[in-house]
Amino acid sequence: MKRGATISGRPELRTSYRADMALLNSRPKRLGAGVILAAALAAPFLITDALLAIAALACAAAIGAIGLNLVSGYAGQVSLGHAFFIGAGAFTAAALTGDPGESVYGLGLQWIVAVPAAGLVAAVLGFLVSPIASRFRGLYLAIATLGLVFLGEHILDNWRSLTGGAGAGRRGVIAEIGGVRLDQPTEVAGLVLTTSQQLYLLALVLLVVLAVLARNLARSAVGRAFEAIRDRDIAAEVMGVRLGRHKMIAFTLSSFYAGVSGAVYYTVINQINPESFNLLLSVQFIAMVLIGGIATISGSIMGAFFITFLPRITRELPAIVPFLTAEPTLRDGALLTVFQLEAILYGVLIVGFLILEPRGLYGLWVRVRNYWKGWPFTY
Amino acid sequence: MGASSHPQHTTSHATPQSRGDQPAVGGDDEGAPLLTVADVRLSFAGVRALDGVSLTVGEHELFAVIGPNGAGKTSIFNVLSGVYRPQQGQVRFAGHDLIGREPYAIAALGMARTFQNIELFENLTVLDNLMLGRQRHVRYGWAQAMWWLGPARREELAHRRHVEDLIDFLEIEAYRKHPVGLLPYGIQKRVELGRALAMEPRLLLLDEPVAGMNAEETEDMARFILDVRDELGIPMILVEHDMRVVMDLADRVLCLDFGQPLVTGTPEEVQQHPAVLEAYLGGGATTPTAPTPTAPTSDAAEEGPR
Ligand SMILES: Nc1ncnc2c1ncn2[C@@H]1O[C@H](COP(=O)(O)OP(=O)(O)OP(=O)(O)O)[C@@H](O)[C@H]1O
Ligand SMILES: [Mg+2]
Repeated sequence: MKRGATISGRPELRTSYRADMALLNSRPKRLGAGVILAAALAAPFLITDALLAIAALACAAAIGAIGLNLVSGYAGQVSLGHAFFIGAGAFTAAALTGDPGESVYGLGLQWIVAVPAAGLVAAVLGFLVSPIASRFRGLYLAIATLGLVFLGEHILDNWRSLTGGAGAGRRGVIAEIGGVRLDQPTEVAGLVLTTSQQLYLLALVLLVVLAVLARNLARSAVGRAFEAIRDRDIAAEVMGVRLGRHKMIAFTLSSFYAGVSGAVYYTVINQINPESFNLLLSVQFIAMVLIGGIATISGSIMGAFFITFLPRITRELPAIVPFLTAEPTLRDGALLTVFQLEAILYGVLIVGFLILEPRGLYGLWVRVRNYWKGWPFTY
Repeated sequence: MGASSHPQHTTSHATPQSRGDQPAVGGDDEGAPLLTVADVRLSFAGVRALDGVSLTVGEHELFAVIGPNGAGKTSIFNVLSGVYRPQQGQVRFAGHDLIGREPYAIAALGMARTFQNIELFENLTVLDNLMLGRQRHVRYGWAQAMWWLGPARREELAHRRHVEDLIDFLEIEAYRKHPVGLLPYGIQKRVELGRALAMEPRLLLLDEPVAGMNAEETEDMARFILDVRDELGIPMILVEHDMRVVMDLADRVLCLDFGQPLVTGTPEEVQQHPAVLEAYLGGGATTPTAPTPTAPTSDAAEEGPR
């Protein structure tokens, strides 16, 4: 039938190593990426502002998930401390952009300065913590980084001049670029952009840039060294991989991504509470990585969108499912609240993916792709 | 970088490579053997794994180490590559003392090895495993890696070409993009050799390269080992139980028993040496367990390395 297409469309036939090593090394990949990017750019004009705000949060979360995937998925250094670095970034950006003269620190700086600074502050903290990773492995590292979350929570709860203190919190990150307040509607070239549209586009651009950078790292000698350390650290070292140095790079970069993620997330949400940066937040990021797919950048993004949109979906369910309630407490014969359902779903999804598809959503996608590649043959 | 990372293994009489491009390695003891191990002693909580081992390996030599199970052959490799730190003794390699150096630093000097129980990165493709062997030649850092364009891409291309040459050489083209964990055992062994060769080593340590292989696979591997010596000019230490392979390939042989060197010599000398026969027979039926590394070995050890 379509003979011509199968001959000219041999995606694996490449004439140079350079073409083979390109980021998008086949026509379907280039096409797919183009379509997704076009859809993402068109989204602000197609979906409601409420959904767009969630998508902006998902972009922010995806940046953090990519960071966690670098250190835990690629380099295999399980970290429960990701929430700590997210928090460090969020409060750094909030303090840098905050109004001077309020009860909490505020320097009134531009967003465009504050976001990289938030990444850098988190990166420095990650760098300082990285020697822990050289000392401990596996479960011990997980426990050591767990300590970090508790320590961070304690500091944030009590550092009132920065965070507003437990129970009070402070205003989120203010998005001001060149005198334009993006948290208010602005007119660009005769087109009025709403807050959600602006913040979503901002988050999307950052996500795309940071994702490409991470993908480049992953396919480089550094990324290979990460994976070698994850799979067999002694063999890796015998092959010339510097363990300590690469763990340091992984932790520092991961923390940078976390810092940026926190800053962007709390640009969309305009209230930060110090209690937010707890173990549950770390677990949510782990869920994004596990569900999205270990050691894949696109998987991190899928996982982040999935986890971020999950509450939005479960909150619609009580209308359809009789025994669910959207109220925080059980009444009128309901068996579950949506919040309980979410908690259960996290657990079920993590365990389910670990058992059934360890490569996560990315793995599911690969299966679907391979199925259609081989169609109509089933082997 | 450029030229050195693209050697032609196909040229028939290659001089020992990675000399010009590794200025740090150009040792300070001219004329000395490439590797000198002197009186190395290593024990684990009472077990004497290595008990006064000495040996030398020359620039073009294929040196074999044999001995019964548990004799300490793999332990020598682990000392050489920095995984184990002996309690006593010296190791000098290309003008550098190795004891106390980190494994990656020893690898950076040009020591490459394969493992008795294959230690490949199973989740990675054949290509990525071999590219990992290039680690000591990588000059770009993480920031350049993230930017990709420029030095990172240029270097990656050069490494890729080098690795593709090795893939040709080892005849594993068909498996290039397969995850290593799914490949047959014999191919995995070959990939592991490729990963070590990708380092452009000055010395290659092979731990039982033909163990568990059938006759045909063994023959292939033996041919690759000969090619590595003759075409790439890389000196090797070969640990192997298959005596036929050892006798065919090795220039000199060291026989170990209970961590002690029994004899070093040409394959014929070692094969006929009474202490060696004793060790192999004694290790079997008569004294199977009792670790008595004393009587039959002490005088033979005097002969030691030349
Ligand atoms: N990490 C270790 N901890 C404790 N004992 C060890 C360790 N490594 C080696 N040994 C002991 O050292 C001795 C020599 O072991 P080695 O692995 O070097 O033997 P080998 O000659 O390679 O044997 P084989 O032919 O079975 O591979 C053995 O008695 C072994 O049990
Ligand atoms: Mg052994």
